[in-house]
Amino acid sequence: MTALECPLPIEEGEVVLLGHGAGGRLSAELLEDLLLPAISGSSGRGLIGRVPLEDAAVLPATGGAELVVSTDSFVVSPLFFPGGDIGSLSVHGTINDVAMMGAMPTALTVSLIIEEGLPLATLERVARSLGEAARAAGVAVVTGDTKVVNRGAADQLFITTTGLGTRLPGTRTSAAYAAPGDVVLLSGPIGLHGTTVLSTREGLGFESDIATDSRPLHHLVRAIAKAGGSAVHVLRDPTRGGLATTLNEIARDSAVTVEIDEAAIPVPEAVAAACDLLGLDVLHVANEGCLVAFVAADKAEDVLTAMRAVPGGEGAVRIGHVADWPAGRVVMRTLVGAHRVVDMLAGEQLPRIC
Amino acid sequence: MKYLDEYRDPALARKLLAELTATATEPWRIMEVCGGQTHTLVRQGIDDLLPAGIRMIHGPGCPVCVTPLEVLDRAHAIAALPGVVFTSFGDMLRVPGSHTDLLALRARGADVRPVYSPMDAVRIAVAEPAEQVVFLAVGFETTAPANALAVQQADRLGLDNFSVLVSHVLVPPAITTLLEDPDCEVQAFLAAGHVCAVMGWRAYEPIAAKYQVPIVVTGFEPLDLLEGILMAVRQLEDSRAEVENQYVRAVRRDGNTDAQHAIETVFRIADRPWRGLGPIPDSGLVLAPDFARFDAATRFEVGGITTAEHPECIAGEILTGAKLPTDCTAYGTRCTPRNPLGAPMVSGEGTCAAFYAAGRVPRKVEA
Repeated sequence: MTALECPLPIEEGEVVLLGHGAGGRLSAELLEDLLLPAISGSSGRGLIGRVPLEDAAVLPATGGAELVVSTDSFVVSPLFFPGGDIGSLSVHGTINDVAMMGAMPTALTVSLIIEEGLPLATLERVARSLGEAARAAGVAVVTGDTKVVNRGAADQLFITTTGLGTRLPGTRTSAAYAAPGDVVLLSGPIGLHGTTVLSTREGLGFESDIATDSRPLHHLVRAIAKAGGSAVHVLRDPTRGGLATTLNEIARDSAVTVEIDEAAIPVPEAVAAACDLLGLDVLHVANEGCLVAFVAADKAEDVLTAMRAVPGGEGAVRIGHVADWPAGRVVMRTLVGAHRVVDMLAGEQLPRIC
Repeated sequence: MKYLDEYRDPALARKLLAELTATATEPWRIMEVCGGQTHTLVRQGIDDLLPAGIRMIHGPGCPVCVTPLEVLDRAHAIAALPGVVFTSFGDMLRVPGSHTDLLALRARGADVRPVYSPMDAVRIAVAEPAEQVVFLAVGFETTAPANALAVQQADRLGLDNFSVLVSHVLVPPAITTLLEDPDCEVQAFLAAGHVCAVMGWRAYEPIAAKYQVPIVVTGFEPLDLLEGILMAVRQLEDSRAEVENQYVRAVRRDGNTDAQHAIETVFRIADRPWRGLGPIPDSGLVLAPDFARFDAATRFEVGGITTAEHPECIAGEILTGAKLPTDCTAYGTRCTPRNPLGAPMVSGEGTCAAFYAAGRVPRKVEA
């Protein structure tokens, strides 16, 4: 092992920052330098890049279809926002991670951490929303857990959900399978969830114009898989860290360059205005109801047509393609026709948006 | 919300670039004063597309970057005091002082809250009377009116638990200082549109005349910048040195007189040190005597402040446009937005952060 491969020593007295949970570069460092080595019992340095870190795990098939499992915690503040709440979000967020492996979610577990003093009416409202979202998605809530902590030890309500699903036959998607020539498709407008939650929380006044895009994406995935089959190489939903972070992860894990066209990326006007006001880059703002699909060029048009026929995919567009050099980068053709590198989110942007 | 489409239109951008190519005959050097303009230029790659070797020099207009280290260290010391709620625009949270930053202080228990308006800080002071609420009042002429109104509001409400740590700076004295430097390469300025929306452009007219330098009041969208550059180049090609206004949809010659009145009521002009540039006479604002009791610097005793800049940081040369971020030995390696050595790598308007976000790497030295 060379000196460069040694994990960075943890400095005495260093503490967790909010940016460690933002889904960007700091989060990746926390995983690579501390959590993965500590949990796996070996040096984690270089794990990222060598082994793609997916949002869901594929377990070996035992007889039937491959099993896909994913888990996610939801700490969004406020609990309720236009277009959704922590209950529906905790269903959509997890089943979408299952779906991105080309799987149809079938079952969900739900774990609640509740702060002492939370009004029962609030809890009931969240639980009803969670149940409705699960039923609408055709997913059964099969088991769960409830804990109550002292006032101040948690903020109102945190929810952890684990989703199980079975992989569609013939699909094999991974962040590591993007190939030169692939076309990059985006299922709909970006930036809605992050700006909606932030605007609601901070009372910025955009709430009447925008709502979260939180929705289940597995029907869209089914249509994509049916139209594209094995030509569908990557499926990802750009949640925390936004489109820029997701594309960077794919570029890194597949060792390719992703080239996107700024003019092709759909950004709702209210989102663009909110981002301007807050100094946010919309490419770094979280989404909960869109996905990117990397599809071999000969099937891209078929997949795009299929996406547009599914609710939630009507606004699907082609936003770019994959080149082979330089590896690991995302490059954007800007509105004025120049090129620039698009990096992943560096640290904290919007805490507690999901 | 039509502005987004109108001022970001690719076809119009190509047209302006073609016009610029037809107009420019020399490698003019133009400084965009404001960091917001720098970000648009770099994010869109506009500076890469300019014809005839025209070079953009990135100016000192990042309020976060020019806030003196002494003010930051004082802010950090006050924020660490028990019973203090320290409020600030989000931009300031990660700016390193000599020892720490506000986010790190928050992770260790300080009550640091980002706000989007100084009025939010006043509201906190009303809602939490047992806490001392401090607002870090930094920025150019653009943020000064809102900060002035917040102080006036606190005065009307008779709040004794609200104060501001003031580090306001003014643009025209900084432009003059740059032009007085015998090594100054700048041949024309794009003045900051939003500063002029408040103050108007009368103050720039004597500067243009005295130093024979074109000044174009310019907006922040890609097409604004292309048009502002074109207007500056036309002046240079015609040997004119006037103040012109590209940002007509937002700026009048006299500016916003109500906002100016709020500033004049609450603040007084004073000498001010700029981080990276040093002291500049009459370049800052301090609280006027009638409002001096809202000054956090005198309300909180935090002992002697000893500052220490990082020795490798060349923020001063970045802020004057003498060097590019990519000229810095620490850029992109020891200094990143994650681990900034200096303010220009932190701020949403800092030149180093703009370069880093756009993935710029060191390139051949320009002639």
